[in-house]
Amino acid sequence: MTMADAARPRVVIVDDHGLFRSGVRSELGSDVDVIGEADDVQPAVRLIGECLPDVVLLDVHLPGGGGQLVAAAVRAEHPEVRFLALSASDAPEDVIAVIRAGARGYVTKTISADDLVDAVRRVAAGDAVFSPRLAGFVLDAFASLPAPDEHRPSFDAELDQLTTREREVLRLIARGYTYKEVGRELYISAKTVETHVSSVLRKLQLSTRHQLTRWAAERRLT
Amino acid sequence: MQTSAPGGPEDRLNQGLGDGGRPPWPHGQPGPFGHWAGPGHWRTRRHRGPQWARGPRIEGPLRRASDDRFAGGVAAGLAGRMGLDPTMVRLGLMIAILFTAGYAAVAYVVAWLLVPMTGTDTAIAAKAKADRRGLAVAAALGSLLVLILIAVTALHVPFVGSLASPLFLCIAGLVLVWRNASAAERATLRDLAEPLESLTGRRGWTAIMVRAVTAVVLAAGGVTVFVSTHRSILLLRQLAGVALVLAAIVVLFGPWWIRVARDLVTERQARIRAEERAEMASRVHDSVLQTLAMIQRRADQPQQVVQLARAQERELRAWLFDGQAPGSLDGQDMTISGGVRQIQQEVEATHGVTVEAVTVGDCEVNDDLGALLAAAREATVNAAKWSGADVISLFAEVEPGEVSLYVRDRGRGFDPAVVPGDRKGLAESIRGRMARRGGSATVRSAPGEGTEVSLTMPRAGERQPSRG
Repeated sequence: MTMADAARPRVVIVDDHGLFRSGVRSELGSDVDVIGEADDVQPAVRLIGECLPDVVLLDVHLPGGGGQLVAAAVRAEHPEVRFLALSASDAPEDVIAVIRAGARGYVTKTISADDLVDAVRRVAAGDAVFSPRLAGFVLDAFASLPAPDEHRPSFDAELDQLTTREREVLRLIARGYTYKEVGRELYISAKTVETHVSSVLRKLQLSTRHQLTRWAAERRLT
Repeated sequence: MQTSAPGGPEDRLNQGLGDGGRPPWPHGQPGPFGHWAGPGHWRTRRHRGPQWARGPRIEGPLRRASDDRFAGGVAAGLAGRMGLDPTMVRLGLMIAILFTAGYAAVAYVVAWLLVPMTGTDTAIAAKAKADRRGLAVAAALGSLLVLILIAVTALHVPFVGSLASPLFLCIAGLVLVWRNASAAERATLRDLAEPLESLTGRRGWTAIMVRAVTAVVLAAGGVTVFVSTHRSILLLRQLAGVALVLAAIVVLFGPWWIRVARDLVTERQARIRAEERAEMASRVHDSVLQTLAMIQRRADQPQQVVQLARAQERELRAWLFDGQAPGSLDGQDMTISGGVRQIQQEVEATHGVTVEAVTVGDCEVNDDLGALLAAAREATVNAAKWSGADVISLFAEVEPGEVSLYVRDRGRGFDPAVVPGDRKGLAESIRGRMARRGGSATVRSAPGEGTEVSLTMPRAGERQPSRG
């Protein structure tokens, strides 16, 4: 990826609300290149396969199934396509599902235009974008996992737990800090913050621990 | 004890009646209040009560107590005035009611009417004067009393006559109190009347039949007793005469009584409807109307309009279908996440800012955590009002040992060392609220860098933490 790509990423918007799609398109304006729109799972997979955008803005909820179906189907063929989940919904299990399906970040639909452009750029550059809400969801998901012990041995302890630093970073993001502010608060560089967040994202996507699935299932019940 | 305690409302009443403290019966005769020793009979002894009967003294004109009250707060008010223990005054009042065959109760009700409540200057009587329908009811009760007095005098049952007068006077007085008192006082009266209501309330035909049969049996028994004691055909004739007079009065006044009673029922229904409408109006005003006003002002920002509409819809649904009153933070079964959500909705609806709320973990809210939520709400409202920021971040984390809440904005911020007075006060109120419950609050801010309020409350004596 060249710098020019990162500065003006090519974007596909997947959302079942036409009004919202056009709203986002006009908000993103000239900062990104919106090359297509889709309103459901199948058309989205086809469209993305054809034009291979840098970033897909993916609604968590779609009529033909969750946004995770799109992410999973596309990434099986084209792992280089990056997804940024976008949602108005508060359901953590859906958000975590999209992240586990491969999205590199999650922002809420109330995000300001500037922040959205920034988030798209960062995802295009390969960074992880954690909104305060996603940070909260992740803290919640990992906090409700019981620490591995002799009764429940963990196959990969490193993947199933957050480090203290990662927890600190997530907490500050949940409090509304930007990466830069988090770095200043913890006396680390913004780049290191980015590393921590990416590591959290990796754990979230790769942890095979069935508790994470069970956590999602339990959340769905309540 | 009897000597010090009956300095109840009748004391004040006799001064208040303006007849020079002279009782309405011949001097030296044992009246219904016992032996009357002239004005000051009780007043001279009022401070000689034993130590255990004393209470804190309250200066100023006599007022009915608003907090420590059983019925009208007269006893507590008097106790405060005289430096006695309210319970002692109440006991004394009970004894006085027994010994005066109920007239002390009349005095109590009159005092209820005449003495204003703490913090107010107008007595209920002032309002009652203008209450024509209430006075009509009282007059109707009076005519009923006359009727009964005629009946009992004719039948030579003086005992009933002496009880009927205070009873009717009390009821007439209470009717006036009920109709003219504030809503809070009316609630107290309603609580007091509850057992009575369940006795007379509609409970199906069986209850009515039981009551009718009992009445017939009692009446028949009474007539039999009269006939058997007097064994005179004369009495029957007298009875017939009384019955005729009663029938005449009933025919004369009956329609009036019925009309008064019916008016009362319609009026009561109308008042209930009016109260419901007022309640509805205030709820709608606090929620829907506020939101509509905000939407009009933000018509050019569709995103915010949608958000306002969504928040309002959520709240309205919660109210209509789950019975959750809008704006109640201290409801039962409140959890931290629920409380945070409520703060979010409230502040978004009233101040038109976005509150990004994130909660990790959850637990039920006790008094301490209620204070934490209240402080968080204050901090959030502060940020919405003062910071100028569009987005406020609200983050709550429930851990086994403590609950932390962070309110952060990216607004104009301020220098904590040189805060303007009003803001300092708010910060103090947040700090003070937390400190009183054993929690802590820190405010971090710098001009141009926004503000963050961090609140932490330990979870002392908490049950198993419930995560997720």
